[in-house]
Amino acid sequence: MDLLLPHVGLIFWTLLAFLIVFFLLKKFAWKAILNGLNEREANINDAIATAEKVKMEMAQMKSENEALLATAREERAQMLKEAKEIKDRMINDARDEAKVQAAKIIADAQASIQNQKMAAMIDIKNQVGKMVIEVSEKILRKELSNKPEQETYIRQLTDEIKLN
Amino acid sequence: MVQKCLKSLLVAVFGLMTVLTPAKVLAGGAPGEKLDPAKIILDHIKDAHEFHFFTLGDFHATIPLPVIVFSPEKGLSVFSSSRFEHGHAAYNGYELKEGKIVAQDGSALYDFSMTKNVVQMILALIVLVLLMNGIAKKYKKGIGVTSAPTGWQNAVEPVITFVRDEVAKPNLGKKWVKYMPYLLTLFFFILINNLFGLIPGAANVTGNTAFTIVLGVISLIVIMFSTNSHFWGHIFWPPGVPLPVKLILIPIELLGAVVIKPAALIIRLFANMVAGHIIILSFVSLIFIFGAMSKVAGIGFSPISVAFTVFIYFIELLVAFIQAFIFTNLTAVFIGQAFEGGHDDHHSGEHAHGHAVA
Repeated sequence: MDLLLPHVGLIFWTLLAFLIVFFLLKKFAWKAILNGLNEREANINDAIATAEKVKMEMAQMKSENEALLATAREERAQMLKEAKEIKDRMINDARDEAKVQAAKIIADAQASIQNQKMAAMIDIKNQVGKMVIEVSEKILRKELSNKPEQETYIRQLTDEIKLN
Repeated sequence: MVQKCLKSLLVAVFGLMTVLTPAKVLAGGAPGEKLDPAKIILDHIKDAHEFHFFTLGDFHATIPLPVIVFSPEKGLSVFSSSRFEHGHAAYNGYELKEGKIVAQDGSALYDFSMTKNVVQMILALIVLVLLMNGIAKKYKKGIGVTSAPTGWQNAVEPVITFVRDEVAKPNLGKKWVKYMPYLLTLFFFILINNLFGLIPGAANVTGNTAFTIVLGVISLIVIMFSTNSHFWGHIFWPPGVPLPVKLILIPIELLGAVVIKPAALIIRLFANMVAGHIIILSFVSLIFIFGAMSKVAGIGFSPISVAFTVFIYFIELLVAFIQAFIFTNLTAVFIGQAFEGGHDDHHSGEHAHGHAVA
């Protein structure tokens, strides 16, 4: 029975000890420990959230990069194609122009040759005419030196005019 | 690592001490004196005015403790318990009778002595405060906050988070922060004293009604300060029952709230810790009970007895934690019941209460 009966002294000391320990631990230990634990849990949560976010961002960036790369490739192909087209067109254009130019030069040359030919012909004609007139003059002078012959010739000419 | 070492050390020392200490104690009894295991066991689990290790013939290996006695007539007197010479002498008009200090003239006195329970409790609490203070300093420095926890932090941290996440948060809802210092102090106060009580030769602090009554009454005070009108409304005017039943229910409810709940806490802790110590001591005493019959029987039984003792000792280590947890958890449950509103909450509270009484 003695075992079950509480002793006043022990009650007093236990109460005192509990209160002192309670206030000491409350002031010096629990607050710091609980704060520390909370802070660490928050840190860990943050770290995990950040890591997850970074991972997602990385994935996003990767897909963006891939898209960018694909676009770049496409653009390059496009550009190459365009460049080829331009090159071909330029070559063709140059060729066409060269042809046109050549034709024009040839035409010009021909025209100039024709002109010169014509001028030469005219010159020759003039020379020939002049020579013919001179020869004719000399012949006529010689032939018309006697009167009858003059008259015959005039008659002939008037005949010719009448005929006209 | 440290904990493991400590545990194995405790077990080793315990094993040795349980075999050696009572052997000396029992062997030291006067020749011809009859072996009385019940008395020996009860002497070991009761409080005393000195730390008694063993008696060899006339030599008593003890540490005397200070006696502080207040008598309304003689006033306060403080002296060492060695003055009593183990109950053989009187001092200053006081004498030791069956471990209790009484005045020779039979007058009333109040015994505030630093008994072995008190001294051991204070030692345990100094260890607890230093330990927790050291851990708190580490957290303040950032160890365990921005880096991995070290040393004792690893041992104490899971316990603290357990009290927070399994005891406080589920039972106290949003108000859990307010009660954390009390619940943690309660838990570690019981735990450290349970564990110190398991050291061989140490006092059985938690298996003492005075100790458990103090904790139970503090719990009751905390519970009462947490009550709201809904709680008292249910006690003094239980809803949904006819008037005559109400009249019967009121005293039952009141008794349940104010007496039965703390009493359950008080008796549970006391009975569990006393039972554990009695079982361990009984297994050790078995050697000497058999030894009293024949020496061979005693020696032959000792390995079995030691094996059982070690087994029970491991269970007691578990019980030390479990009882600290149960006391704290039920206190949290009762506090939760005291301020919860609404019928559903009350219903779940009744469930918890059912467990508590069981």
